[in-house]
Amino acid sequence: MSVVKATKEQKEKETEEEIPEDLDLKVKKYLRGGAANFDDLKDKKLKGQLSHRESLYGASAKAAAKYEKWLMPSEGGYLEADGPVEKTWRIKQEDIRREVDISSSRNQHDVILPEFSPYTLDFTSNGQYMAAAGRKGHLAIVDMKNMIPRREIQVGETVRDVVFLQDQSFFAAAQKKYTYIYGQEGIEAHCLKDQGAVLKLQFLKNHFLLASINKFGQLHYEDVSMGAMIGNIRTGLGRTDVMQVNPYNAVVGLGHSGGTVTMWKPTSSAPLVKMLCHHGPVSALAFHPNGHLMATAGKERKIKLWDLRKFEVLQTLPGHAKTLDFSQKGLLACGTGSFVQVLSDFSGTQNYSRYMNHSMVKGYKISNLLFRPYEDVLGIGHSMGWSSILIPGSGEPNFDSWVANPFETRKQRGEKEVHLLLDKLPPETIMLDPTKIGTVKTARKKEKSTKKEIEAEMEATIEAVKDGINMKKKTKGRSKPSKKLKKRQEIIANAKRPFLEQQMQDGQLSIKKQKISEEVELPKSLQRFARKKAAT
Amino acid sequence: MKVKTISRSTDEFTRERSNDLQRVFRNYDPNLRPQEKAVEYVRALNAAKLEKIFGRPFVGAMEHNEAISCMAKNPNHLKGIFVGSEDGDIRLWDITSRRTVRKFPGHRGAVRGLTATTDGSRLVSCGADCIIRRWTVPVEDSSEDSVKPEDFHISKNAYWGVDHQWKGDQFATVGAQVDIWNHTSNAPVRSFQWGTDTVLSVRFNPGHPDLLATSARVEKLSSSFRLSKLTFKLALKGSQSLFKFRFGRDISEISINPQILAEHIEEQRRSVKVEGICRDRSITLYDVKTTIPIKKLIMQTKTNSIAWNPMEPMNFTAANEDGNCYSYDLRKLNEATMVHTDHAAAVMDIDYSPTGREFVTGSYDRTVRIFRYNGGHSREIYHTSRMQRVFCVKFSCDASYVISGSDDYNLRLWKAMASEQLGVLLPREKKRHEYDEALKNRYKHLPEVKRILRHRHLPLPIYKAAALRRTMTEAARKKEERRKAHSAPGSISMKPLRKRRIVKEVE
Repeated sequence: MSVVKATKEQKEKETEEEIPEDLDLKVKKYLRGGAANFDDLKDKKLKGQLSHRESLYGASAKAAAKYEKWLMPSEGGYLEADGPVEKTWRIKQEDIRREVDISSSRNQHDVILPEFSPYTLDFTSNGQYMAAAGRKGHLAIVDMKNMIPRREIQVGETVRDVVFLQDQSFFAAAQKKYTYIYGQEGIEAHCLKDQGAVLKLQFLKNHFLLASINKFGQLHYEDVSMGAMIGNIRTGLGRTDVMQVNPYNAVVGLGHSGGTVTMWKPTSSAPLVKMLCHHGPVSALAFHPNGHLMATAGKERKIKLWDLRKFEVLQTLPGHAKTLDFSQKGLLACGTGSFVQVLSDFSGTQNYSRYMNHSMVKGYKISNLLFRPYEDVLGIGHSMGWSSILIPGSGEPNFDSWVANPFETRKQRGEKEVHLLLDKLPPETIMLDPTKIGTVKTARKKEKSTKKEIEAEMEATIEAVKDGINMKKKTKGRSKPSKKLKKRQEIIANAKRPFLEQQMQDGQLSIKKQKISEEVELPKSLQRFARKKAAT
Repeated sequence: MKVKTISRSTDEFTRERSNDLQRVFRNYDPNLRPQEKAVEYVRALNAAKLEKIFGRPFVGAMEHNEAISCMAKNPNHLKGIFVGSEDGDIRLWDITSRRTVRKFPGHRGAVRGLTATTDGSRLVSCGADCIIRRWTVPVEDSSEDSVKPEDFHISKNAYWGVDHQWKGDQFATVGAQVDIWNHTSNAPVRSFQWGTDTVLSVRFNPGHPDLLATSARVEKLSSSFRLSKLTFKLALKGSQSLFKFRFGRDISEISINPQILAEHIEEQRRSVKVEGICRDRSITLYDVKTTIPIKKLIMQTKTNSIAWNPMEPMNFTAANEDGNCYSYDLRKLNEATMVHTDHAAAVMDIDYSPTGREFVTGSYDRTVRIFRYNGGHSREIYHTSRMQRVFCVKFSCDASYVISGSDDYNLRLWKAMASEQLGVLLPREKKRHEYDEALKNRYKHLPEVKRILRHRHLPLPIYKAAALRRTMTEAARKKEERRKAHSAPGSISMKPLRKRRIVKEVE
């Protein structure tokens, strides 16, 4: 018996020991926000149920954190300098190539296709495929794992942007006049004529919505599963090709030439947020995967990091950026001219500083930067083709087979598509705070102050004014008692005025509407027989 | 310089042979799953819709030659059920194949009560022909088609119900009185009578083998009345011998003994002392060991049937004539623990699920409903266009089916969970169902999900009857409120519904 007890105690001790300090950070990740406060709850039963549920959440988060080491065995990439002299941003791609294994070094490459350049790129959500669109009409789908071009087509007209739809089986290209959707064999499936000449495309994966901004600053949302136009919004803020989807809440962010950034959802014609971010035109925009951080670049040579919960600047960095992108692990890549800079927040406090630099051949103009999901790779589309460089520590090392599987088979892809369609979200679920879904609408905090309160406040201010009146001694009959009284009344009336005006506005003190009050006090039981007077 | 990049070899992350299972890797990081709440909500909505799509509860019907009057489960065989009908026919049905396995011929009138011993070897039936018959249930593979009764007992009065002890060899019959029998004797071991009720139903307590509850209909009352001039004249002329009298809150029809009337005529007295019948509505508890009943509860309307909760044997639920079911705690009869409302007409029969978490009721409004043991409203309503008044219902012994017998000669088999997938489930299917259940439970308060989950399509007459009943209760409530508003404060006190229908409790 005692032996059993001893082993039990030992077990308990072990489980306690297994929760080290750094687990707290991991647990926090899975908790999805703090626990609710039940102190004000009066319903004891409900309180008990909710606190039980809260404890279940805590336990599951703890379990998820604890089993991380078995579920997520792969370690992320890193780049560390030896000693204080060596700096990570001085390390060249050639140096990295020498250190890493062959399969990784294959991810460093340049594809030179000057006749169709510049190129824009897009990756599928699992990073398996890349779509490249040359401005002069070249569209290519590349299998990134085997480095094989899957399909190449020439459309023979300007291509401004390309995006994959739900997976590699479809992609959309914004061409000279219309947007076209192609199948994976490069066969045109649809032509979206009602969107006009589109400058930039984005795909909202959970909603199956293709968002596009055209030459006239019109934002369109096309449901690609049903083929219906969900939203057609005139932004009224001019032509722009700076568009990015916030992956956290599927809100579309637009950067405008006036320096404002606006955020949109398909179901409202007014922007959710309109913020002045720069004094010059906004040249690039990117969202952190956790949705709380936004990076904007302005033509006035500033890159700003914004906290999207408070809509405040966190950090302002000097420099131009033609294009910005956040990686899965939160690295920020900025590209301008032929120079790529990667920033990182080493301390985890959202304080970004230099991590890596990369200079391309002089004369190459970078048009597009994009991190490849689940890999430590940054794709660069530029004026001479496209390139790919290694940025250690940028990608998520552990993938989830049910979310995005880099080793997806054909069958799995089909299954996945069905599940994506089953879980397709209605456009109404796009909102700034997506965690609000399924919660109770909180009561309005500030109730209108009652008539009594307003009157009390008015009296208090009048009293204060009366006490504060301090007549100056003036000469030549201006300090006569009658004058003094008049002055005094004037001051009081002035103090009263704002309150009375407010009341007039609220309609409480309408002079015209005089109530003919001849209400006879009836007992409660007879009140329902009282004749109701028509409002005059 | 120390550098490492993500490098995945294909061999490590894919299956070795083509007939292996695909390898699965998990990462529960919330950042990889944006808008997970919205996705969950959509899944809950889909689960609710699927529940409606798969909600096909009717399994099949079995036919008799007359209206079904009573049923008894065969505790020994999950698929067997004994069914008695109004023409005196008793049959053992095989539910899986929906065929008659045995017939038990003999009764001349309607079979009113059926019960089987706990081991399922013997069957007791009683009926309107004043006969109790005892049968031996033949073993399954015997070839004979119909069974002869082992013995029978004829009495003076018709029988209304019979129930067997859960543990022990005694059974109780009810009718004019409550009789306790055992299988060996040819006369009742014990008889109870409290007042002059006609006892309608009887159920033994599953936990305490000697405890039984009965519900009764008729009680004789004596009271003196003063006849009005007109009625008196009519009575004198002999043109009217049937009068309506008010006993308490009940109106009862009474025929006056002509002899008494003659006496009154002689004496020119208009005050008549009458002994009358009154539709009384009592629930009585008996202990088989003692000679006197324990407790009696009188309600305003009669109780048609009683069912004990098999998991909480101190609780029972009474199916009442007013369309409600009343759950009582045996130790505290002055107040119902729960009133289950929804039926639009009298509830005829009730049976608890073996899990004790829910019960099924059959009603005169042509529907079968399933209630949670602690739920004020039903969770499910079953109906078909051809189903008439439901007289008896039973939950199957595995709690997954419901059987109802109705006026239209049919025995109907329903699933207890309308959208449940039957048959053996794969672990993945099971998990899926559990996940859907959890989702529905989590989002059940949201308007869209709620609307789908609580919608039931009803035939127009049933829908209208329910609406009418709602209107009536609402009107009654309003009237009571107005009466209160017009009365002196404090002179009218509102009783809660749980107490309102109770007249008194007699020890």
